[in-house]
Amino acid sequence: MEKAVMNRWADGIRDGIPIGLGYLSVSFTFGMMAVSCGIPVWAAVAISMTNLTSAGQFAGISMIAASASFLEVALTQLVINIRYALMSLSLSQRLEKTVKTMGRMGISFGITDEIFAVASTKESKVGKRYMAGLIFVPYIGWTVGTLLGAAAGTFLPEAIRSALGIAIYGMFLAIIVPAAKKSFPVFVVILIAVAMSCVFRWAPVLNQVSSGFVIIICSVTAAIVGAVLFPKREERGL
Amino acid sequence: MDWIQMTCYIAVMALVTYAVRCLPLTLFRREITNVYIRSFLEYIPYAVLGTMTLPDVLYSTGSMGSAVVGLIAAAALAYMERSLLTVAAAACLVVFVAERIL
Repeated sequence: MEKAVMNRWADGIRDGIPIGLGYLSVSFTFGMMAVSCGIPVWAAVAISMTNLTSAGQFAGISMIAASASFLEVALTQLVINIRYALMSLSLSQRLEKTVKTMGRMGISFGITDEIFAVASTKESKVGKRYMAGLIFVPYIGWTVGTLLGAAAGTFLPEAIRSALGIAIYGMFLAIIVPAAKKSFPVFVVILIAVAMSCVFRWAPVLNQVSSGFVIIICSVTAAIVGAVLFPKREERGL
Repeated sequence: MDWIQMTCYIAVMALVTYAVRCLPLTLFRREITNVYIRSFLEYIPYAVLGTMTLPDVLYSTGSMGSAVVGLIAAAALAYMERSLLTVAAAACLVVFVAERIL
């Protein structure tokens, strides 16, 4: 029997607190990175308030710093964030039927890996008020963390900033290495992507291709090869 | 870069990111059953992160030497499944120390 719909704001807030605390530290790093890339504090905060995504924002600031074209930025965001389309799709099956189009448009803004994971693993279907609470705390954490990181970044000496340059890559490694360890297909996909990325960096002629398109070409190719070699049959959230 | 150009960049990022999240939830009510598309969507974030990490990490600090040391430290901690913040902070610390020594 289906349990009653989960639709209390307070329940959402409670579930959102651990996510919000996690976001505080990641967005602090984002704020510092943004400033070290030459992005002003107001823009870093505006990016966090309007995007609410980690990998996409990190890629975005490095492209802005490199004065990439709007088309490259748009395509890169599309490729990096396309996973949200599957989460959004999956969440549509878990959302209370009575949630109207306006409610769905609001909730969809807050779909992140963590919020999706929490909402879609509830035993019952979830309602609008629960989702609003669940999104609220992480959103505040993401915004405040960015502001603090960006403000702190402007006061930091050069030696510290140089060391912080590797922070973003440390984060990326913390995501991909454990995933590669657990899943052989993911390991192969990452290997293909890295190999292609190195070729585009160091091979003559190919190293003229701008960074945005390199990300798109390498990642789409690697993911297609992965999907053809290792199609996954079982249902699994990302 | 002036504030108008910066605002355009932010708007482009925000619109694309929101469209990707919004359209399936509001328009598409059926589930994707095609196993290849599902697999592609599952692999793409790792492919993107892999592409962005190497070789760019080697050029992310003051010198390639310190970057290599930081990369090894970060990869080892990531393999031990430490948190995102721990791995990132440790990589920075190792780079900072390495740059004082090298």
